[in-house]
Amino acid sequence: MLNRSIMGDKTLAGSSAKRRWAGMHIGALLLGGVALVGLAVSPALAQSDDEGAGEKKSQRPLVEINKNPYPSTYAPLPSDLTAIVGATVLDGIGGRIEGGTVVMNGGDIVAVGADVDVPAGARVIDGTGKWVTPGVIDVHSHLGVYASPGVAAHSDGNEATNPNTAEVWAEHSVWPHDPGFHRAAAGGVTSLQILPGSANLFGGRGVTLKNVPSRTMQGMKFPDAPYGLKMACGENPKRVYRSRGPSTLMGNVAGYRNAWIGARSYKESWDKYRAEHAEGKDPNPPKQDLEMDTLVGVLEGDILIHNHCYRADQMAVMIDISKEFNYDISTFHHAVESYKIADILAKEGICSAMWADWFGFKMEAYDGIRENLPFVHNAGACAVTHSDSDVGIQRLNQETAKSVADAARAGLVIPIEEAWTWIAINAAKSLGIEDQTGSLEIGKDADVVMWNGNPFSVYTSAEQVFVDGAKVYDLNDPAYQPVSDFRLGHPGEGDAK
Amino acid sequence: MNRLLSSFVAVAAALFANAAINPAVAENVAIVGGKVVTMGSSGTIENGTVLIEGGRIAAVGSGLSVPAGYRVINAGGNYVTPGLMSALSGLGVTEVGAVAGTRDNGVNGGQRSGAVETAPFDAAFELAPAFNPNATNIPIARIEGVTRAMLPASSGHNIFGGIGAVVDLSGDMDTRVISGAAMSMSYGEAGARYAGGSRAAAMGYIVRALDEADRLVRRGTRSLPDRERDSVVSLIDAQALGPVVRGEMPLLVRVSRASDILQVLKLRERFENLRFVLQGAQEAWMVADQLAAAKVPVIINGMDNLPGDFESIAATLANGGRLANAGVDVIMVAVGGAGGNERLMPQAAGIAVANGMSWDDAMASITINPARAFGIGDRFGSLESGKDADVVVWDGDPLELMSAPTAVFIRGEQVELSSRQTRLRDRYMELSGVTPQAYKK
Repeated sequence: MLNRSIMGDKTLAGSSAKRRWAGMHIGALLLGGVALVGLAVSPALAQSDDEGAGEKKSQRPLVEINKNPYPSTYAPLPSDLTAIVGATVLDGIGGRIEGGTVVMNGGDIVAVGADVDVPAGARVIDGTGKWVTPGVIDVHSHLGVYASPGVAAHSDGNEATNPNTAEVWAEHSVWPHDPGFHRAAAGGVTSLQILPGSANLFGGRGVTLKNVPSRTMQGMKFPDAPYGLKMACGENPKRVYRSRGPSTLMGNVAGYRNAWIGARSYKESWDKYRAEHAEGKDPNPPKQDLEMDTLVGVLEGDILIHNHCYRADQMAVMIDISKEFNYDISTFHHAVESYKIADILAKEGICSAMWADWFGFKMEAYDGIRENLPFVHNAGACAVTHSDSDVGIQRLNQETAKSVADAARAGLVIPIEEAWTWIAINAAKSLGIEDQTGSLEIGKDADVVMWNGNPFSVYTSAEQVFVDGAKVYDLNDPAYQPVSDFRLGHPGEGDAK
Repeated sequence: MNRLLSSFVAVAAALFANAAINPAVAENVAIVGGKVVTMGSSGTIENGTVLIEGGRIAAVGSGLSVPAGYRVINAGGNYVTPGLMSALSGLGVTEVGAVAGTRDNGVNGGQRSGAVETAPFDAAFELAPAFNPNATNIPIARIEGVTRAMLPASSGHNIFGGIGAVVDLSGDMDTRVISGAAMSMSYGEAGARYAGGSRAAAMGYIVRALDEADRLVRRGTRSLPDRERDSVVSLIDAQALGPVVRGEMPLLVRVSRASDILQVLKLRERFENLRFVLQGAQEAWMVADQLAAAKVPVIINGMDNLPGDFESIAATLANGGRLANAGVDVIMVAVGGAGGNERLMPQAAGIAVANGMSWDDAMASITINPARAFGIGDRFGSLESGKDADVVVWDGDPLELMSAPTAVFIRGEQVELSSRQTRLRDRYMELSGVTPQAYKK
């Protein structure tokens, strides 16, 4: 796990214990393999200066790798003290409140409940007949990296040039003007992870965004969200690299293992460098390697594994690989066969991000069933409804509803408030942002959707959507219906959905 | 509508005439106490009865007495509707999309591995013989209340994709396969791609191909002297286009952009008998009045609301409602994401309702409208006496996400609501225990 003592920024790490990601802020910067002197002096260096000043002619400052060179510039949009009153509230962690009130202030949820006093001066929204939920979170999106229009110039999601491209970061492909972001907002999506595609064994880093209009990717970047690393099992990598390898499942697995072996020794070389530096020596820093930085980030627990994997037997192999190299798998994505090993996934604490009913489009999806989500949930494992689609992301509530109904017909009854966790707190856990969002709890980001009816009905729409307490979409008010740069001047510009 | 079908090919009946198949005997059934959505002139009948006799609907109405010997199903106040029809389906002609050997819906499909690279014809490609009633995705669709499917020949790699078929989803080896449902054609960006890179070239190709077919038709001949032949289209393809220019087979046109739609409609100035069904049609709402005046049915993917390319810039969820409100017959499909997932179709119809379409128009878009567009409107698509008894009893509003059929009849025969998916579901419902799942059947 992360060793805070070598992070070089104890202040940040110490002041934001809640935000496990704070530790990644910079010590020093390495650029293109050239070491630049760091801005912060590590405690280790300070100590060695004290003790070793006499013997060491000179010790160069400790070189560290900047773990956050593209920092979030996201700032919540202006918001008012707002209370939604008298609604059916699903809190995203399994609870349901009839006639509930949700109060947002300063970007946070400040009150939730049936017996909540509306603060003086609050803008009051009548929630009678409405339903209020946490903002929907999609853990698997390619918005921005496969942007609309889907022209060749927008095909930026798969760096399909090498089976291991752990060095690429999806955020460097994100086009913030993808009209799909606004369509997703109209579907109640307030946070989403943008992943690279699944052509490669290691596809690169994913990035988690707040779904707000912005001129830059950094302006959407979810503050302090951990990075994800996309891995892919199965048919895709071995098909894409058939001629050069891997061309088989066993070739895939050899590819993962070789990469982790490389990462392990890269980590050792940095650990050794830091240890020697701490001893007062003046070692040369290892050469920075972008691919290895990401893999080591996983080994150190900073970067979460998001593993595209359809088949249950392949998931079982991936679990063993994670144990062989001592890292955690956050989530299996698509996970069409999770229902076959739901007990194992529960025991291992791995989430499954699933469609409600996609199946059959390729061999590894042939065994898809409609009850995958509820069966995984029922086994005590973490179930997440995901989209992998610029269309599906607009209605994750509907996809969840279908699964719940299918399960009920099979004799497994799951209340709506419980199933809502699949697009709320479970999705937040999958992304490592559960302390900030994913539920209507006091102190959390006020990422909130008010629906104009039961969100498990096909006739219901998101009526008002809030991100950090600021309204970003309103079904009935064009002033809150964003239009991307691309759509401007085109026919249909005025259609919010 | 029968006259519009150039050929009825009872393919399976011919191929399997000697097979030891017991055609199930359709029984006499009375569905009582239903909210009967007839999609016919009777509208919706509360507390209605549907009498099924000999595979056909014998009577529909309220207060009907149930004749002796009928099995009675009480709908308990729930919806009773015609079977749904999937208008752009791959059921039985594509089982696993990425497995070439199970994919027969089009030719010249060189893009995916193992596919046929070239075929000697395109318009003359006739899909019907490829239909497999044992495909596992057929029962999966049936459970969702889908009882008929129009299987288009894919025009994914050529301008004229060939001749599609209409099937019922009984899964019987003697499934009635009606060929001649539509000739597929691509215009717009796809058409341009296959014509050398310009829409104008695609239109030139289309006009010359139809023109040669037209000359064959007018002369009542099956071939022309070489000096009168047009080299852009082979003779067998020109022959296959004959029923299209005669207006006997609809031309199913993949087209998106509003201006392209108008260009397609303009073809009627030269070939006055052409009957169009449009597909894709993301910008159709912009020319809704022209489409209504031309009486052209439009197939839309009801979830399609992003500019997938520059020809679908104005895509919106309001498309269906705007078209229907202008008087266009809308046909709803939902092809996005996963092939063969027919349950997305009623979901898409429901989404259209949430975005401006009437509930009745939405139901028509998945029942009577596709039936009429593809030549079976006289026997399917509504609950009216004399029609085939494709009837579905639901446990709720059929367009709602959480509703599902409780009983499905196809041509009077009640089908089992099980599928390969439900078998897998039941096998893995309980994970504890030492007996491997392979022994659970």
